[in-house]
Amino acid sequence: MLRSVITSAALALALGASPALASGGAHLDKQAWSWDGVFGSYDKAQLKRGYQVFHDVCSNCHGLKLVAYRNLKEIGLSEEEAKAVAAERETKDGPNDEGDMFNRPGKLSDRYISPFANDQAARVANNGALPPDLSLMTKARVGGPDYVYSLLMGFADAPEGFKLGDGMNYNKVFPGNQIAMAPQISDDLVTYADGTKATADQLTKDVVSFLNWAAEPELEVRKSMGLKTMIFLLVLTALFYALKRKIWKDVH
Amino acid sequence: MSAPAFNNKIIKWIDERIPLFTVLEHSTSSYPTPKNLNYWWNFGSLALFALVIMIMTGIVLAMNYTGHTSMAFDSVERIMRDVNYGWLLRYLHMNGASFFFICVYVHIFRGLYYGSYKAPREILWWLGLLIYLAMMATAFMGYVLPWGQMSFWGATVITNLFSAVPVVGNFIVTWLWGGFAVDNPTLNRFFSLHYLLPFVIFALVFLHLVALHTSKSSNPLGIEPKGPQDTIPFHPYYTIKDLYGVGVFLLVFMGFVFYAPNFFGEPDNYIPANPMVTPPHIVPEWYYLPFYAILRAIPDKLGGVIAMFGAILVLFALPWLDSSKVKSGRFRPVFKWFFWLFLADCFLLGWIGGKPAEGNYIPIGQAATFWYFFHLLVVLPLLGRLEKPLALPASISAPVLKEKA
Repeated sequence: MLRSVITSAALALALGASPALASGGAHLDKQAWSWDGVFGSYDKAQLKRGYQVFHDVCSNCHGLKLVAYRNLKEIGLSEEEAKAVAAERETKDGPNDEGDMFNRPGKLSDRYISPFANDQAARVANNGALPPDLSLMTKARVGGPDYVYSLLMGFADAPEGFKLGDGMNYNKVFPGNQIAMAPQISDDLVTYADGTKATADQLTKDVVSFLNWAAEPELEVRKSMGLKTMIFLLVLTALFYALKRKIWKDVH
Repeated sequence: MSAPAFNNKIIKWIDERIPLFTVLEHSTSSYPTPKNLNYWWNFGSLALFALVIMIMTGIVLAMNYTGHTSMAFDSVERIMRDVNYGWLLRYLHMNGASFFFICVYVHIFRGLYYGSYKAPREILWWLGLLIYLAMMATAFMGYVLPWGQMSFWGATVITNLFSAVPVVGNFIVTWLWGGFAVDNPTLNRFFSLHYLLPFVIFALVFLHLVALHTSKSSNPLGIEPKGPQDTIPFHPYYTIKDLYGVGVFLLVFMGFVFYAPNFFGEPDNYIPANPMVTPPHIVPEWYYLPFYAILRAIPDKLGGVIAMFGAILVLFALPWLDSSKVKSGRFRPVFKWFFWLFLADCFLLGWIGGKPAEGNYIPIGQAATFWYFFHLLVVLPLLGRLEKPLALPASISAPVLKEKA
């Protein structure tokens, strides 16, 4: 019954009724990202800073379950640092030789262990709201990294007359303009190991860069292979064209 | 069909037992092709090239994919992250689908402009339409496999269309689903069929080529070759021209694969499927949008479904709806304008299909739907009778010679 209600609701939405789409179609604050463009690549130091923000702040509520601890070595953590991060949380394993399940600290081969055992546990701890997993966040929203940046920087006081739900926060870009997550970013939220000044803007850019790496770890290989491929194809196509001209010389 | 003489003893030995080389000879080096084909004629071979890319990448992707609702999404992400060059395979396959459709759409509209569907090429045209239908089914089921939000809700919306069938509609939907909702049995059968259908397409392409090599290629002038002076062998002339086309095609295709791999995709499909959360705006892939617009233009559900399927089925009657004896739009001064209007109408339908069905989008969509059918069912039959075509050239060589002089 419930399912047929859902499916007919979906059908109604898709086939006719106006979608309850985003009153929060606010203007996104476009940023210049280091990985933009044909030659773009990640700034390793920035990814490491961004990871620090994720680790110290975001990861208390949000998961990153598609990224393995071993992957953190790609952004400049040493093997020991990555191992230490993995060991911060426990995961269920087993059964052991006695047939019992047991908890053990995370290992490099584990995927990032989520802060809550399951969605229900996450909701209970977060006023009924579910903090989404962030592994693909910059690919899963229209506007990508610019959206995530704008959302994190988009907290403000609700305008006069705006009815804010219980425990909700006003946000300029979130669809519907109210979000369960409280504002997280503020100046000097973390102290960067590399001495970079931790302004709110810097923190946000760094963590969004890290999240973009988490969503598209292949980006640098992809772009550099793309460049080689395009150069190869240009030469090949030029050769084909020259050959075509030569073979067709006598036709017409 | 006389067998060519082969000098190589091994080739001769094989060919006497199975005429592979004779067939190859007849369909390439001695296959007479009109010498005036323009670059719009490249898109048939490009579509075949795209199909081969899809099958090759698809086979390897299937080795790494898990067809279960609890694992499908993560298995695709594992391909993206842990399988060697898995991201490349998947982006090739994802974008390849779009580029396959681009090639086929250009190929279809080329046929529409130059009257390639007219006698003696009606069955060639039908086989092409069957390929197109099989492609739509294959692409739809393929889009479900990553089991993201759009996969799930797209599958739900499209399969639910069959519930519009009177009396047995709900039974059909349950039968399609293999249960009472889109769930694991649905995903499993879609995976199975998604693997099967490309080979059906391949077989249809083979028949399409057999029909082509029987009726021979049409050409931009729409008059049949009158002798050897009007034709050139397919090889090497069109093999090299097609290869050049492949080069240009790959430059554009790879540009998207490497630099904008998610351009054609929906961000929502990077959210795992959740039956309890409906996305605010369910849109199909771009290549279905014109038909989606037609579906929604009719206020009645059954009527919409009939109109949508009718929009494709009516194309089967095109060789008889278009009453003009002149094939090429080049010699049809009035038809030409209606052709471009029809093309614009299809783009308009595509644009409307991507918009929510509200406000002004509804009447625009209805007008565009009306024109789609009006063009095919009224304009084309009338034009052939009313329009005065330009004088046709005496032969394919005649205007070519004149242009040169």
